[in-house]
Amino acid sequence: MEKYNLGYLEQLEAESIYIIRETAAEFKNPVMLYSIGKDSSVLLRLAQKAFSPGKIPFPLLHIDTGYKFREMIQFRDYYTKKIGVKLIVHKNKEEKARMMRPDQAHTDEYIYYKKTKPLLEAIKKYKFDAAFGGARREEEKSRAKERIFSFRDANGVWNPKNQRPELWHLYNTKINEGETVRVFPLSDWTELDIWLYIKKEKIEIVPLYFAQKTKVIKRHSVYLRLDEFVQPQESEEVIEGMFRYRTLGCSPSTGAIVSRAVTIEEIIMEVMEAKNSERENRAIDHGSDSNSMEEKKREGYF
Amino acid sequence: MDNFDYQKNRELLRLATAGSVDDGKSTLIGRLFYDCNAIYEDQLLGMKKVSKKKGFKEIDLSLLTDGLAAEREQGITIDVAYRYFNTSKRRIIIADVPGHEQYTRNMITGASEADVVLILVDASIGLTNQSKRHLFLASLLGASHIIVVINKMDAVNYSQKVFEKIKNDFINYATKLNIKDLEFIPVSALKGDMVVNRGENMPWYGGDTVLYYLENTPFTDRNLINFRLPVQMVIKFGERLRGYAGKIESGVIKEGEEIMVLPSEKKTKIKSIIVSGHKVKYAFSPQSIIVRLTDEIDVSRGDMIVRGNNRPEISSELEVMLCCLTNEPLRQGKSYLIKQTTKTSRVAINSINYRLNINTLHRERVDRLELNEIGRAFLKSNDQFLFDVFIKNRNMGSFILIDEITKNTVGAGIILNKGQKKAKNEKKKNFTKRGAVLWFTGLSGSGKSTIADEVREKLEKRNIDCERLDGDIVRQSLTKDLGFSRQDRDSNISRVSYVANLLSKHGVLVLATFISPYRKQREMVRKQVSDFIEIFVDAPLEVCQRRDTKGLYKKAGQNEVKDFTGITDPYEEPKKPDIHLRTDKIPLDECVNKILAYLENKKLI
Repeated sequence: MEKYNLGYLEQLEAESIYIIRETAAEFKNPVMLYSIGKDSSVLLRLAQKAFSPGKIPFPLLHIDTGYKFREMIQFRDYYTKKIGVKLIVHKNKEEKARMMRPDQAHTDEYIYYKKTKPLLEAIKKYKFDAAFGGARREEEKSRAKERIFSFRDANGVWNPKNQRPELWHLYNTKINEGETVRVFPLSDWTELDIWLYIKKEKIEIVPLYFAQKTKVIKRHSVYLRLDEFVQPQESEEVIEGMFRYRTLGCSPSTGAIVSRAVTIEEIIMEVMEAKNSERENRAIDHGSDSNSMEEKKREGYF
Repeated sequence: MDNFDYQKNRELLRLATAGSVDDGKSTLIGRLFYDCNAIYEDQLLGMKKVSKKKGFKEIDLSLLTDGLAAEREQGITIDVAYRYFNTSKRRIIIADVPGHEQYTRNMITGASEADVVLILVDASIGLTNQSKRHLFLASLLGASHIIVVINKMDAVNYSQKVFEKIKNDFINYATKLNIKDLEFIPVSALKGDMVVNRGENMPWYGGDTVLYYLENTPFTDRNLINFRLPVQMVIKFGERLRGYAGKIESGVIKEGEEIMVLPSEKKTKIKSIIVSGHKVKYAFSPQSIIVRLTDEIDVSRGDMIVRGNNRPEISSELEVMLCCLTNEPLRQGKSYLIKQTTKTSRVAINSINYRLNINTLHRERVDRLELNEIGRAFLKSNDQFLFDVFIKNRNMGSFILIDEITKNTVGAGIILNKGQKKAKNEKKKNFTKRGAVLWFTGLSGSGKSTIADEVREKLEKRNIDCERLDGDIVRQSLTKDLGFSRQDRDSNISRVSYVANLLSKHGVLVLATFISPYRKQREMVRKQVSDFIEIFVDAPLEVCQRRDTKGLYKKAGQNEVKDFTGITDPYEEPKKPDIHLRTDKIPLDECVNKILAYLENKKLI
């Protein structure tokens, strides 16, 4: 007996693949932004599926701040080589960016010089006209109204008042010279969906997502792991315990959470019972007021 | 791991919620999440803080869905926002449509993919123009289930009378619209009655809570019959292998099935189907797939793979309902880019018939549509569209318009019909002194419809009332119950001639195209109809067979159609037709002119 129903995860997968193909078919030079996190890993798998048994017809781009967890960089180099996809790594090499210290990682200036500016630079340098990102609408308030094909003007600027209406699944992919589009195939996915999919598809992820014995300090109200970028200051107490990461970013600004989850199943159970939203452990969202994420987006940050 | 499978096997439900802040929509969504424990603790803490700052005693649930900075300043939502939550059976994606501002644009955006539309009303106010607009737009966009949530019941003492009155007002208005399923639920989002929990304030209401309805309504209106695969892209792999990728917009396809590629009409078979990197035996809508074909034929983006015996409509002209989405009006005569399925082409707005006043449903004459206005229009392209009308197939009958210069999305529309069929009512009335019935008889493929359509166009240009009665169309409506026995065929013709006569009595020129093979049949019509003009559309059988416009001769040849005129059933030629047209010898425009000259001569036009 043939069945004609899809579970919601399969339906989300079909929709995301449609979006990825639509972009590959309509843009001259797309790129996939690769942040090495769990969402990026799912996005990458969807791209493989969209073109399988063919190859992914666009490169990956990683904006390296220089202060990422070393496990992330190791994983990046290992995994992209393993699946045979082209990887571009781009860093802001200007004086101002190089002079940024790890302890500035939570500041708006750091984000601008280490992330936003080099991203816009790379898009210009390689003449990319569309860039895939792994952002999800559920992640953060200001993203709830984000389009799947999010229009950026010739300066890479996002204007919330000038976004194109999206109806049915008819995506407008037309742009003028210099303008670009950010494409978010995971828009309708939630954190739980990402984990269920990682489990279903047996996707490899950075080991930092699993709980392990870690030495941390508490700074800016988040737990930071001690490593080459984070050293305890005099007043700070070193805590040792089981920690894992819910999201990954720069080592000096990404907080770990207390967790015993060492398998995907345990992570899923944890996410289902989670009491806090996932971005809460990221210093980046904790600007002076609650609009900070939106302002970063206006400038061109993802 | 049962628990995880169960998580994945939820169904996906897309819900659009329409209503304004004043109706308590943010509170309703906040309540839904709050009572389902879907609000994170840090979010809750933030909401509590703000509520306190504002001087509220209880937590203000509307703060949950509060979005962009600009809106916060104005205190209103101005764009569709998406929210997600799980029930035990379903994943629900909410497209939260704001009320006041840009209502039409936002409403059609939010409702475009929705399975269910929830319209919120304030019980202390009742049916407003805004509710009417929401209801109308939801029905226009083909939402099969609409649920009217009558909120703020606490403000009207949970009165059943108030609820019933509002419900009746809605039903009265809704009878003008095409809505399959309309539900009403009385609610107090503020106090929590009938959203997730029933509460104790409305024992008189026996229906379901909002959550129960969302969890349990069977909603799927997926079309699994008409296979349509618009090609998204060609995927190359291996040495020289190619696959064609796309999303099945409707229907089902199996490995080995015979298919046809449009518009080239080339036939081949499905060699294999790939879904998410795996080979499968069959696939269905809404899967994203890759197909490989048995023969190497030329296929590219914008083409469509279908079954040869179940094809979409094809036309370069479309009759549409159009909505303007930006400050730049959509103008009659202007050209745009149009995206329909995976195909983008150039199109011109040939004419705008009228603008629809959404409050009154009145039609107003205009030559442009301004922001948020909706109207009926004709589009014309140099390209051919492959489509199904929207009410039959949402994915095949919808489109967007893109400005050629700014590249902005400026319009959205749904396809009502092929372009040639012009709506009558909008034409200036110009009664002919008397009507007549132009009866086109002849073999299948002789050219009856082609000539009649052309004559009709000429007449309409001269503002003369005319109507087409076509065998294929009548068989789907007026005489749907009839088969093809001799007796049924006679009944078919007899009913048609009755209608034709009525129309002609009212001054309409009726263009009826029926094979009507038997002399006796036609004589019967002549007797019934006061002004009967018999037009013999004459082409030798071999010519008709060669044309085989509907593929019927081929079927008849294979014995798939019984009693087929010309093949297994006789055609009795008219002995003295009023007009005789040899379509194999004289060109189309000459045929048309002959008819027009006849009508002029008889002072019918």
